[in-house]
Amino acid sequence: MLSFLPRRLLQLLPTLFLVSVLIFGLQQLLPGDPALVMAGEEKDPEVIEQIRKQYRLDRSLPVQYGYWIAGVLQGDLGESMRIRQPVSQLIAEKLPVTLQLATMAMAFALLIGIPAGVLSAVKKGSAWDTGANLFALWGLSTPNFWLGIMMIFLFSVTLGWLPASGFVSPFEDLGRSLATTVMPAFVLGNAIAAVLMRHMRSAMLQAMSADYVRTARAKGLYERAVVLRHALRNALTPVITLGALEFGTLLSGAVLTEQVFSIPGFGKLIVDAVFNRDYAVVQGVVLVTATVYILLNLLADVLYVLVNPRLRA
Amino acid sequence: MIPTTALKTAAVALALACATAASAQTTLRIGLAEDPDALDPTTARTYVGRIVFASLCDKLFDIDDKLNIVPQLALSHDTSADGRTVTIRLRPNVKFHDGEPFDAAAAKFSLDRHLTMQGSFRRAEIAQVDSVAVVDPLTIRLSLKAPFAPLMAQLTDRAGMMVSPKAAAALGDRFGTAPVCAGPYRFTERVAQDRIVLDRFPDYWDKGRVSIDRIVFRPIQDSTVRLANLKSGQLDLLERLLATDVGEVKKDSRIRLATGFELGYQGITMNLANGEKANSPLGKDARVRRALELSIDRDAIDQVVFNGLQSPNNQWVNPQNPYYQAKFPTPKRDVARAKALLKEAGVTGPVVLDFMVPNNPETRATAEVIQSMAAEAGFDLKIRVTEFATSLNEAEKGNFQLYMLAWSGRTDPDGNIYSFASCKGPLNYGKYCDAGVDALLDRARSVTAPAERRALYEQVAAKWLTEGSVLYLYHRALLFAHSSKLEGFKVMPDGLIRVTDLKLRP
Repeated sequence: MLSFLPRRLLQLLPTLFLVSVLIFGLQQLLPGDPALVMAGEEKDPEVIEQIRKQYRLDRSLPVQYGYWIAGVLQGDLGESMRIRQPVSQLIAEKLPVTLQLATMAMAFALLIGIPAGVLSAVKKGSAWDTGANLFALWGLSTPNFWLGIMMIFLFSVTLGWLPASGFVSPFEDLGRSLATTVMPAFVLGNAIAAVLMRHMRSAMLQAMSADYVRTARAKGLYERAVVLRHALRNALTPVITLGALEFGTLLSGAVLTEQVFSIPGFGKLIVDAVFNRDYAVVQGVVLVTATVYILLNLLADVLYVLVNPRLRA
Repeated sequence: MIPTTALKTAAVALALACATAASAQTTLRIGLAEDPDALDPTTARTYVGRIVFASLCDKLFDIDDKLNIVPQLALSHDTSADGRTVTIRLRPNVKFHDGEPFDAAAAKFSLDRHLTMQGSFRRAEIAQVDSVAVVDPLTIRLSLKAPFAPLMAQLTDRAGMMVSPKAAAALGDRFGTAPVCAGPYRFTERVAQDRIVLDRFPDYWDKGRVSIDRIVFRPIQDSTVRLANLKSGQLDLLERLLATDVGEVKKDSRIRLATGFELGYQGITMNLANGEKANSPLGKDARVRRALELSIDRDAIDQVVFNGLQSPNNQWVNPQNPYYQAKFPTPKRDVARAKALLKEAGVTGPVVLDFMVPNNPETRATAEVIQSMAAEAGFDLKIRVTEFATSLNEAEKGNFQLYMLAWSGRTDPDGNIYSFASCKGPLNYGKYCDAGVDALLDRARSVTAPAERRALYEQVAAKWLTEGSVLYLYHRALLFAHSSKLEGFKVMPDGLIRVTDLKLRP
């Protein structure tokens, strides 16, 4: 175990290097000149020239990359060309927002998806099963932005129960923070719940027909104990893996949902940056997201090793 | 153990205290269509940024609702007979938000900053200013390289905004993160993409006209969501309401609609001499360009796409503008004449044109209506919807034959035409070039008498409107919606929100 971790950490370095080259390279493929976008409506040639110089857009790509990566290695992700704030500060502002939204969305997804999947498998063919399947179909086929706008009209405009948009930090006002995030979290969680429900259902159906379940029943256990203690525990493994993957996706920003609810998270940050050709922000956000992904992956590997001693060799 | 009654009394007292504090504090929440860029008047470039500046940074001059230039931080100005010297007297007893005095030295500092700071977007706007001199503590003198009529109009916008020299020196190019100006509200905080908070400046020179305590600007890009926020009471005022939502606003008794027309326009740039794509009947022959214009019914576009809210027009200034040329009315649609013109130009078969359209629902719809109308006259417009930043690059390179382009407009007519029609104009994507028009445009910049300028622009119109590279379509309506609790809101010609004289009823 002791030799495993440093080895894996060392392996991270070439991966991160490759990721940084990819981020930088792919972004250059975007059509549109950042200096032209930045130059405002007037497009004064002197200003355009000056922007190119200031942000080294007039230098060759390897040189531009060199400057950027040298900054990154010193902990400087650069500065947003548009609002002149350090990228690291922007990321520090947005990451907690996205984390909160993702966690709440995941909570919704788990609370809805798993019980619905279990119920649907246990009561296969019943009205419960049909209802759960209909729910899954609804969740998978409803576009997030449509559901978001409908919820705004119902809960904010018509009933006036919840704020239509915005974000309040939980440290500032917990109640308002929950009120501003409950709708977007539900919209995001709804779609994931549907996926989890479908997987939970099939995993449970498989588990319920396994020998150990029959044995458990033969021992005279209550059906509830058979389902919860035996079948569910085994069926949960693939669902947890899936949930973790979905959580990772949420962390990279839920673009449409953030846009509809005006949540200042990662998704909105990166979309605005792409449209404004704010290269430093795009590079910074993608690099941080990729690093988090890689670290989560590493964490999963470490957990596997902890759980499964055969991998330690 | 604390007795329950005491607890209840304390709770009631606390609630009352909170309620009193809440009712005493008035907050105006404004929904913006985008998140502004850096809040530094010298380096800012977005329209939404200007909306925020209108509350934050006073200028030497302002415009009134009739587009007249009126003093703000200046008291008056004189231009010398040769037009090369402008003397500006400044308002006394004005303070910046950091308590520093606003005087001639500060005004010189601000103008010099606009002229010399690296990355300044204002330099081009006031490039004719050669130097700024302090005459006395409340007077400055601007020496110009050449007479420049649009100067005063430039000083009604960001180029005329005054910043605290102390704060600007301390913050350098980070000034935009904590701007210190002399407007009715001072900067409190900004969370990118979420909010910009300004608080009332108690030492404002005209504080009697400021009654709202706090302003919160919230960028909400989706117009439907912006309106939903207004309807649910999360916003008090919003800009850029969709024309299609006007009916809904009118039906709601809690919301008011406020409209005006922009200083700018929506038009189509035609490629006359920019690269290979200019090599088309449209680029070579002015008759084909007129045929295209005659195939279009501007009123129909307005009715179909915008519910009749825009101001269809064929010129670079709107019909309310003092420089509008009544001599050149908008031509009515005439398909027969359009076909005849094409025949005269020797064009056989449909004229196939690459029509680049920035990706936006209203622009797309307009392009589609034009496409179907032009088809009847013998044009085959191939619409190419392109993301905005990419379209700018394509326009630069000449990779278009028609390009739907909007211009937000400037107070002085020069700002709506010079860069587009002069041979070396940076926005002349169609590369129209005529020495005669250039001379007229230059002359219109250097004379100050409005009648003389109008006469020069009339000569420009005679040529530019018949053979030029921009086909003007309409002036967009400035559509604002606000809560009925907000009183005193007026749409100004520049579309910016003036917060003085606004009142918010509880």
